[in-house]
Amino acid sequence: MTTEVLERPSGESAAEAALRIADCDIHPSPKLLEREIYPFLEKRWQRHMERYGARPRQPFLNGPAYPKGQPDAARRDAYPPAGGRPGSDLAFMREQHLDPNNVGFGVLNPLKSGQGLQNLDFADAYCRAINDWQIAFWTREEPRLKASIVIPYEDAAASVREIERCAGEEDYVQVFMLNRTAEPMGQRRYWPIYDAAAAAGLPLAVHAFGFGGAPITGSGWPSYYIEDMTGHAQSSQAVLTSMIFEGVFDRLPGLRMVLIESGFAWLPALCWRLDRVWMRMRDELHRCTRRPSEIVREQVFLTTQPMEEPGRPRQLVECIDWIGWDRLLFATDYPHWDFDQPDRVLPSWVDVEKRRAFFTDNALRVYGRQMP
Amino acid sequence: MSRHVVAPVSEFPPGTRRCVVLEGRRIALFNVGGRYFGLLDRCPHQGGPLSEGVLTGLVEAGAPGDYSFSRPGEILRCPWHGWEFDLATGESRFDPRRHRTRAFRVSAKPAEELRAETVPVRVEEDYVVVET
Amino acid sequence: MTALPPGAIDCDLHPAPPSVSALLPYLEPHWADAAGHRGLHELETIAWPPNAPLSCRPDWRDGAARPGSDPARLIGDAVDGFGTRYAILNCLYGAPMLYSEDMAAGFARALNDWLRAEWLDRDPRLRASILVPSHAPELAAEEIERAAADRRFVQVLLPVMGETPPGRRVNWPIYAAAERLGLPVAFHAGSAYRHPPTPVGWPSYLAEDYAAQATAFQAALTSLIAEGVFQNFPELTVVFAESGVAWLPAHLWRLTKYWRGLRMEIPWVDRSPEEIVRERVRFTIQPFDAPEEPDAVARLLDHLGSDDMLLFATDYPHWQFDGMGALPEGLPETLVQRIAVDNPLRTYPRLGEGEP
Ligand code: FES
Repeated sequence: MTTEVLERPSGESAAEAALRIADCDIHPSPKLLEREIYPFLEKRWQRHMERYGARPRQPFLNGPAYPKGQPDAARRDAYPPAGGRPGSDLAFMREQHLDPNNVGFGVLNPLKSGQGLQNLDFADAYCRAINDWQIAFWTREEPRLKASIVIPYEDAAASVREIERCAGEEDYVQVFMLNRTAEPMGQRRYWPIYDAAAAAGLPLAVHAFGFGGAPITGSGWPSYYIEDMTGHAQSSQAVLTSMIFEGVFDRLPGLRMVLIESGFAWLPALCWRLDRVWMRMRDELHRCTRRPSEIVREQVFLTTQPMEEPGRPRQLVECIDWIGWDRLLFATDYPHWDFDQPDRVLPSWVDVEKRRAFFTDNALRVYGRQMP
Repeated sequence: MSRHVVAPVSEFPPGTRRCVVLEGRRIALFNVGGRYFGLLDRCPHQGGPLSEGVLTGLVEAGAPGDYSFSRPGEILRCPWHGWEFDLATGESRFDPRRHRTRAFRVSAKPAEELRAETVPVRVEEDYVVVET
Repeated sequence: MTALPPGAIDCDLHPAPPSVSALLPYLEPHWADAAGHRGLHELETIAWPPNAPLSCRPDWRDGAARPGSDPARLIGDAVDGFGTRYAILNCLYGAPMLYSEDMAAGFARALNDWLRAEWLDRDPRLRASILVPSHAPELAAEEIERAAADRRFVQVLLPVMGETPPGRRVNWPIYAAAERLGLPVAFHAGSAYRHPPTPVGWPSYLAEDYAAQATAFQAALTSLIAEGVFQNFPELTVVFAESGVAWLPAHLWRLTKYWRGLRMEIPWVDRSPEEIVRERVRFTIQPFDAPEEPDAVARLLDHLGSDDMLLFATDYPHWQFDGMGALPEGLPETLVQRIAVDNPLRTYPRLGEGEP
């Protein structure tokens, strides 16, 4: 009889997977603003933060008005043993996630970044600080991790300046926005951002969440966090519709867009609908010259998480068949609670070619990188 | 069925938990107010470590808005996606029959009862025993 | 062409909203007077500009007349044309879009009376939905009571985008009245435009507004489930009209997944959202946002996972399909019978009563 008391389970099963994977949605946090962010933030903005706080277009200074299901929206096992917020300790991230899950390429998507703040000057300064922080505290230390250029997207001119400032640095792999913007994302106030991203050869990444100010449903604000969470898929559908119908992809045929953290199973039905509507009202949509589904097949990618979970996993595979196995980029959302565990997300009978595309190759192709 | 001595009762006080490997399986053990519970430490959903989940109670509502809270400490939420499990049975709250994890019997036994087994026990202590 | 079985029921047709002058005889004196002296414009929604391609199929157009304005034409094109036994009229009139609760109620009452006199009395096959001031639930409940006395009114009609998410308790008087009277509540594509119709702000195009209806239905379904409407009103049936349908499986996969982890937030939801929807929510079949290929349609139907949910509808005069192809190709005959006859009869108890 053997009895062994363990401190903490390790993720041995995933490490056995032979495939080195790309994880296109990892959320880093600073340990302490004063130590990690302030060095990159002008004194006056440090003072502003202390006196006025961040103030996005939502009620609370700290935390959302839809309280999360668990603290920090994090996996409960993701708190670093040495203290700090989930996602704030690189050593622990390696130990808990990157190593056991065999992540060879990981994209950092900072969320508390200054995006969507009411004060545009502060948003601009804060985004710059977050960008510098990602390089200094993360990508320099860990070559598997890559950074996102976060931009104060409600101010297109400042956003363009920031894209141009950062684009020369190899470690940035995408321009990063949140999907709940003040107006639908295809509208022309945002176009300079897309021009700059295309000019820099960087994909435009659009992550769920954000504080645009509009109610998150067409009937106003719903009551519950579960509605907020399921609503991200609707926001992403609206974003994609706007980008297509406003002709952004026609203006910039080289632009690639990556939709992050809204799942993906909604895409086929949306494309069928958009194709029909586009056919019917082409004369209204004069900027959109190609069939929406064709634009999606050429210029749009989606990260997988949180993967929809039909009772019959076969149906999800059929849904991916509709989308195409070259469109999806695997993502875990580490360290958040709706994390997807790589060795559990596809049925075992999906063949190795499709797995490679899904877990690795699509991401490397979109980001134009090799495994480090 | 085999019995496994995990720890002297004095070392496994109420409000604590631990994880043991028995016959190659990791089992999460909990002492909730002097009652012991054991669950396979692997969530049936995506394999999350249940031993790191939070212990909560049973939230129910007979009608919208009519929240009730009972059985504090006896419902375990998986640390990952928050599925709730009944510590006593391993059944998930949302679909007790189809989604469940294995529950193990855990109890305190006097040393005398355990003499027959080849574990070093001291007579003056009770021991926490898991049945697999 | 998938042929319709005898006794088919068309669950979504649109008579043109009446002009203010056509409504005058039905308005109470105060509102009739106000309509004149305040110079009221026609309450015609931006969702359906009459000349927009989607608003009317070319061969159903009648010169410059508003699409669906002539009862004889609607009966000829749609009811005779498809050989339906009953046709349910959903008049997408703008009364609920008025901000004043009283005015909205006054115009809704007039509209329902107009429907009765100008449409229902004209052909025994016609049935209608009750238009209500949806942002004034108490007044809406009163109107439901009043109009439902005529048993040719078979359901309550609400825009899918109202002033508050449809599940919110403030709306419950509407559901209570509907349940009590055995009337399903239909949410139809459309908005009262209290909020931007997309979750990320006002769009530029009508096409975008129309595309967004599918996402509005997703949010509405989430709200009705999360707020416990189906628990609180166990006899209530909800109909989603002109929703597009194809979004449903993916949305339920997502919602059910989150419910498993967040059940404790809405503990009254004691069954999976998928189960609730299959039992309690019905969907009209035009438009059906499915691909052309019959095997993809078959797959989508498999993902829907129930033969009980779909209701036949032409969506007349909206231009969703051409010719007689109101049903997707390749449906098995038994399913066609369900969609066209059995499911509507089960959804609308009043249709089983025969001629009132
Ligand atoms: S792994 Fe436990 S709830 Fe998902």
